[in-house]
Amino acid sequence: MGIDLSLIWAVIIIFGIMMYVVMDGFDLGIGILYPFVGDSADRDVMMNTVAPVWDGNETWLVLGGAGLFAAFPLAYSVVLSALYLPIIFMLMGLIFRGVAFEFRFKASKRRQHIWDKAFIGGSLAATFFQGVVLGAFINGLPVEGRAYAGGAMDWLTPFSLFCGLALVVGYALLGSTWLMMRTGGDLQKRMHDLGVPLVWATLLMIAIVSLWTPLAHPDIAERWFSLPNLFWFMPVPILVVLCTLGLLRAIKRYANYQPFLLTLALIFLGYSGLGISLWPNIIPHQVDIWEAAAPPQSQGFALVGALLILPMILMYSAWSYWVFRGKVSAEDGYH
Amino acid sequence: MFGLEALELARIQFAFTISFHIIFPAITIGLASYLAVLEGLWLKTRREVYRDLYHFWLKIFAVNFGMGVVSGIVMAYQFGTNWSAYSEFAGSVTGPLLTYEVLTAFFLEAGFLGVMLFGWNRVGPGLHFFATLMVALGTLISTFWILASNSWMHTPQGHEIIDGVVVPVDWLAIIFNPSFPYRLAHMAVAAFLATAFFVGASAAWHLLRGNDHPGIRKMLSMAMWMALLVAPVQAVIGDFHGLNTLEHQPAKIAAIEGHWDNSSGEPTPLLLFGWPDMEAEQTRYKLEIPYLGSLILKHSLSEPIPALKDFPPEDRPNSTIVFWSFRLMVGLGLLMIATGLWSLLLRRGDRLYQSRPFLRLALLMGPSGLLAILAGWFTTEVGRQPWVVYGVMRTADAVSDHGAGQLGLTLAMFVLVYFAVFGVGMLYVLRLVAKGPVPFEGRQTGAGGYGQPRTPLRPISAADENLEHEHGDHLGERN
Repeated sequence: MGIDLSLIWAVIIIFGIMMYVVMDGFDLGIGILYPFVGDSADRDVMMNTVAPVWDGNETWLVLGGAGLFAAFPLAYSVVLSALYLPIIFMLMGLIFRGVAFEFRFKASKRRQHIWDKAFIGGSLAATFFQGVVLGAFINGLPVEGRAYAGGAMDWLTPFSLFCGLALVVGYALLGSTWLMMRTGGDLQKRMHDLGVPLVWATLLMIAIVSLWTPLAHPDIAERWFSLPNLFWFMPVPILVVLCTLGLLRAIKRYANYQPFLLTLALIFLGYSGLGISLWPNIIPHQVDIWEAAAPPQSQGFALVGALLILPMILMYSAWSYWVFRGKVSAEDGYH
Repeated sequence: MFGLEALELARIQFAFTISFHIIFPAITIGLASYLAVLEGLWLKTRREVYRDLYHFWLKIFAVNFGMGVVSGIVMAYQFGTNWSAYSEFAGSVTGPLLTYEVLTAFFLEAGFLGVMLFGWNRVGPGLHFFATLMVALGTLISTFWILASNSWMHTPQGHEIIDGVVVPVDWLAIIFNPSFPYRLAHMAVAAFLATAFFVGASAAWHLLRGNDHPGIRKMLSMAMWMALLVAPVQAVIGDFHGLNTLEHQPAKIAAIEGHWDNSSGEPTPLLLFGWPDMEAEQTRYKLEIPYLGSLILKHSLSEPIPALKDFPPEDRPNSTIVFWSFRLMVGLGLLMIATGLWSLLLRRGDRLYQSRPFLRLALLMGPSGLLAILAGWFTTEVGRQPWVVYGVMRTADAVSDHGAGQLGLTLAMFVLVYFAVFGVGMLYVLRLVAKGPVPFEGRQTGAGGYGQPRTPLRPISAADENLEHEHGDHLGERN
């Protein structure tokens, strides 16, 4: 057996989605936090902290879609058609948010509130439906004869709606800790005050999802609770608790960077937990990455381009973030 | 919903989202090359007018690029949401080609767009020009991948079908499929022409309002040279494309010509006007020129072109639509050629910049290129029906299994959101156009680039004009 192209592509796509969740997560979070900050100057600052990067963050979403299409067409077609409505709603939210972002800077003071609302609404809708998509995905999508065999509204379950809510809370936490890192003064203090309840809410959401998932799906329970798996995977929940405690302490002593870094760790742990539950299935409970794979001719051909370009995208993203580090105040936003 | 089936609604939805999307890339492709020409001329002649025009069109380019990116996100998902059976069947071909397009676009943003948009005062003129050239080249490479993917659906080759799934065998054959060179050339030139007429209309608008200065005149002059020289070339490319279609998709040609019956064996006339009736299997209200159809398509005065009745009814494309979309495209193309010729006559004695009837025509022709592109795409895509991959997979077998209700709902949402969001975007572009070129703009280009709030990750940030008319609002200066 030669190179396992499906495995490489799975890693690339998992990495891409992870990048997307982390990077778009905090800028969607800022939209979710907008209603909690009434002052227009503060809102300018919030937006300016993500202005140089948000559009680049969404490249990962497009890349994830195209990569999935190229490498795992079966998964692409089943997942996207099964989750048709929530995905379309999510895309509409993203369009609204993206354009509101640009036009808010160019609108008159009098009209700015319209774009503020579009920004809030778009961010909320995109996040909520992303969570719904995730929840419905974990719940499983019936597949028969290489096509989705469920109903149009199967995605609408208490669990998926709850995941939508959980993601709104999680991105809000990510956004608030991002702002703790990137702003100062009153705005930063406001975020530190909001941070504590958000951490508790996030922990509650993680706990509920972590219990609900294995209770509803015996195969996932089996994965976690059988021996020796239990010992291997035990660090994940333990680290979640440690991260949360560290996060609370860091917020209470008004730390700048730690809250954001610990929130990233928390999200990474949650993502790992999801990976442990599902691997190696690309359609949960049913289809694994090798069954969904495109022919090696396709995976190999697309891989050449991906391996050439991905390092470059990573480098320029990293550079962009590095040059742009530090605090943003009302004075530097020259939009 | 309105008596439409799920399949029709899925097709309308895809047509709507992609038609909206194509407007932005078409102008992006054309403007990128136009900017490269302007910068080259500036470096060669050092005439300020070229630099001013460069900076003027650069902002419009940036906004356009941004709108293209946003509307493109949806396209990356529409194949799976609406055409899941197609994606599962042919994703092994379409997926990698689209991935290459996405990677090309990102490579562009990563490498050169930032230098182009924000680097005027930061890098040397040679390097800046190189960045502009690379962006222009990048837009054409993106076109290359998209057209390869689309052309393969028209003239598929280089694959096998194993266990009910397309398996690529020869990528070169897949990419350079028979209709690809013609389609690529036709689309790239169409983008150039659409941009030229948009630029020309912008200049005409300013001249009609009495805003007459060298930059405006230069815009009109360059646009009209393009019209004069390239519109006829496009007609020739279109003719070759048509002959290629005749070879590979004869039913499409029969539908375009509204030609039903060859039982008499007579040469085919060209229909100038008519109403193809799919039920009655005839074209009503015909206005025809004898022999001309055979002459154009077969280069013969006796040989008939294919007729729709040669194909079983279930294999016929909708002639009513493509008959008219094709004539709209050709009609606009002829108008473009005529505009170019008239402009040549008016160049004597500088009447080009004063003749109000001509300027009005140039203004009206502003959207002609984009309309022709849409009409052309409708012709080729509707003409491919009932196939999604010609002769291999039917569109009816490609569609996702959604109900008409949810498709109607999402379609309504797309219409609302797109008109609201991209409507504002287009108004913003028009506002930028209305402002006109500003002398010495090159010296003022403000800070921007990686690590700045204005970056290539947000191309729209390169434009600093306000969204509304509001004097005294200090936001404009803060931009």
